[in-house]
Amino acid sequence: MFQTADMLKIFQQYRGDAIVVPGRGGRHWVNISAKPERDVPLGDPAMGGHASFALGLALAQPDERIVLFDSEGDVLMNLGALPTIAEQEPKNFYHLLLDNECYATTGGQPVPNAKNIAYDIIARGAGYPHTFAFDNLEDFSNNIEVILNLPGPVFVAMKVVPEIENDPIGRRRRWQTRSREQAIKDLQEELGITA
Amino acid sequence: MTQSQQAQLSPETVLAEMKKNGVTHVVWLPDSETNWLYLLMQAEPSLRLIPVSREGQAFSTAAGLSVGGKTPIILIQNTGLMESGDSLRGWGLGMNTPVVLMVGYRGWTRHGVTQDTAATYTERFLNAFGITYYLVENNADAPRISVAFEEAKRTKRPVAVLVGDEYHGFNR
Repeated sequence: MFQTADMLKIFQQYRGDAIVVPGRGGRHWVNISAKPERDVPLGDPAMGGHASFALGLALAQPDERIVLFDSEGDVLMNLGALPTIAEQEPKNFYHLLLDNECYATTGGQPVPNAKNIAYDIIARGAGYPHTFAFDNLEDFSNNIEVILNLPGPVFVAMKVVPEIENDPIGRRRRWQTRSREQAIKDLQEELGITA
Repeated sequence: MTQSQQAQLSPETVLAEMKKNGVTHVVWLPDSETNWLYLLMQAEPSLRLIPVSREGQAFSTAAGLSVGGKTPIILIQNTGLMESGDSLRGWGLGMNTPVVLMVGYRGWTRHGVTQDTAATYTERFLNAFGITYYLVENNADAPRISVAFEEAKRTKRPVAVLVGDEYHGFNR
């Protein structure tokens, strides 16, 4: 296992102009990203939907690379998204999974069969042509540049250290620096999209 | 044209409404009320079909397409709509997604008596979420589809079109 923030710092070196949907990595990415105008921090509109959202964005913007930091809890909630993504074959979609083996934001309860799921194999079985799994940072660091140059959809499962929160939602520190609406507006302006 | 043909909602009419309103992507899960569109949509080069395996996926997919500047339509059945409540809340309403949901109205009857609870709860469900909806039964109603698109764009909210089943008699 490795720290999400450490992984994101390495990813940032190879990000290029990719649009990043930081998902569950948002709280760290907001302090690491050098191109916030190309980030889409949405918080958590409804659990399980980030992969489909990123697919939609990738299909709408085929000339932009889309990188999603998903979570295993989200993926388990919506496994059916994987065959849809594989079937649509978005060449510009990089689906990175933060697997901390638990529901960290609700107190750290384990996800079903937490320690025995191979998400890269699930993704491969769903039809992703390129899948990877990393449980140490050195391997991730040695491979991420090559991975981001493969044609998508690419799936990367990563074992990360859980960052468990037990405070009631209303008492948690807000890490977002922009509202969801502002983040979307900034991205659309960056891409020249008239809403 | 016979009287029964006039009473139908033809797939050609629905497809024309989609094209008129600039639909680029159809996010859908097959159902018995709307399957007649499938072959036509497949053959239409201006549309990209995105099949999903659970209706909740459709709302987040449509949100991504919309943020990326495209015009999706969601094509699902009322049963799946009800399964999608949290996605409709978060990815539809919460993301201000201007999308038309074309919903097969399983169990609908014009006389209001139905044994199908899918129909019983459909409009109650939409009302609970504050979603405007328009009933479309036949070709004469088709302009309501454009009304739904205009409303979705103006309000930046999901708007539903309920497809009443007038053409093959399942719901009579």
